[in-house]
Amino acid sequence: MIKVDNLSKAFGPKVAVNHISFTVERGEVLGFLGPNGAGKSTTMRMLTGFIPPTEGKISVGGFDMLANPIAAKRLIGYLPENAPAYADMTVWGFLNFIAEVRGLRGEEKKRAVHRAVEMCFLEAVLHQSVDTLSKGYRHRTCFAQSIIHDPDVLVLDEPTDGLDPNQKHEVRGLIRRMGERKAIIFSTHILEEVEAACSRAIIIDRGQIVANGTPDELKRRSEQSGVVLLVVREASGKAVQERLAGLAQARRTAIVKEENGRVWARVYPRGEMPDGDLARAVSQAANGWTLEELHTEVGRLDDVFRSITLSDVSTKSGTNESKS
Amino acid sequence: MSATQNIKTIAKRELGEYFSSPLAYVVIVIFLLLIGFFTFSRAGGFFERGQASLDMPFFAWHPWLYLFLVPAVGMRLWAEERRVGTLELLFTMPITAGEAIIGKFLASWIFLAVALVLTFPVVITVNYLGTADNGVILCAYIGSWLMGGAYLAISCITSAITRNQVISFIVSFMICLALVLCGWPPVTDFFTRWDKPWLVNIISSLSVMSHFEWFMKGVLDSRDIIYFLSIIGFSLFTTGVILRSHRAG
Repeated sequence: MIKVDNLSKAFGPKVAVNHISFTVERGEVLGFLGPNGAGKSTTMRMLTGFIPPTEGKISVGGFDMLANPIAAKRLIGYLPENAPAYADMTVWGFLNFIAEVRGLRGEEKKRAVHRAVEMCFLEAVLHQSVDTLSKGYRHRTCFAQSIIHDPDVLVLDEPTDGLDPNQKHEVRGLIRRMGERKAIIFSTHILEEVEAACSRAIIIDRGQIVANGTPDELKRRSEQSGVVLLVVREASGKAVQERLAGLAQARRTAIVKEENGRVWARVYPRGEMPDGDLARAVSQAANGWTLEELHTEVGRLDDVFRSITLSDVSTKSGTNESKS
Repeated sequence: MSATQNIKTIAKRELGEYFSSPLAYVVIVIFLLLIGFFTFSRAGGFFERGQASLDMPFFAWHPWLYLFLVPAVGMRLWAEERRVGTLELLFTMPITAGEAIIGKFLASWIFLAVALVLTFPVVITVNYLGTADNGVILCAYIGSWLMGGAYLAISCITSAITRNQVISFIVSFMICLALVLCGWPPVTDFFTRWDKPWLVNIISSLSVMSHFEWFMKGVLDSRDIIYFLSIIGFSLFTTGVILRSHRAG
């Protein structure tokens, strides 16, 4: 549904987005991750036709955004960052206006507004003007605006920003459910959101895609992924270290701490192996000790995100220092 | 969906916003108070003249009053959209920038028409007191509305340039003032002293004054109509260029 090819955007000398390419198919929810200022919003603005790219191609549902913007825009629902809405209008008036701009009329329009109001729980504030709404309601009003024409493509820039935990949960559920029939891209810097709602995630840093995969694939890139943590009683750290170091599957064993006759140890896998292999080997090797705990860590997106987006920063600042 | 429908939808929303904000009523009330004062006080001399005409006591004030009134009406058109961020919504809808620009301009122009129509008591008064030439009055009203449209279109440009409504107001005030003054006798007299009639002609023909005067006299000349319409057309086009250049970054 969405095809982005070699997209770049420069504001003067500053390159905000640097040759990125990706595709999103129907039924996919793509999470767009990245630190602030990484180029997420700029990419989304180009995708929705708000700003023209400096270079590259965007096609939505087969329509080129530059050559045929109206047809492409018709397929897209867009929630911009900070959820803008006309302050002097009532929620009802605003949604009706959007429905009309989207070309809906009469009975069709009434049904569309009603459906969007219902999906975003806006009944209570329907006749309130937008500037009197709380941040959560304003956000949901703008979200309702983006789904009013039941678009095939949804582009959501930080859809859960400013919502309370319950509302966040609700919106994530909504995105996941809608993602079954649509192509959705949403940006966030909340990593649990990616695990909760995305079928695929892209990490973008300083205008470039630095990782692209399912949340599970990304997690596997973590340092901690596949590490077996074990806690044994009535053994010395040295003994544990020695016995586990002999395992063919282990790259390295680290004793985390020794306390009250208990030993905490981490065993790092040697290369890729099927899930559970290392844990089984460790439990066999632990024969004779009293095993209190044994589990395989799955790796955390946080770690991946940090290691990918921070590593470059530190090397960069390093070169800066050497220059000065 | 057709362009007219898009323009209508945009204009309808914009008009609704005018009439739901206090600014609109303030502007209309001030306009009516001022125009009433100038017409019936000694300044306009409606009664002192003893003539059943509106050109000097009433319409002659319009180019001056519009200097304040029209930039106040037009200043928020684009500045507000940019400040609040709704511009991003508007320009990601399946409509063209031209449709949005024309729709918003039309709404403010209709608003101006409403303010003008509300001056009807003046027309009733002059008809009650004497036999007025209502054809001339209608012609002057049309001219006044066209002139207001030209001011408004200029306000569209200044409103698109900045997010700040006050700056938008001041800049469009200055541009409109220049357009008025370059046909005002004290200014044209100054250029006459250079003894270059062609220069005087060019400068004064740029002025809204020299074109509006014909409408006041009841002369509906296509050249005057084209003058105002071309200011409107040029300004709206420029507005489009400016809005696009903002987005191109």
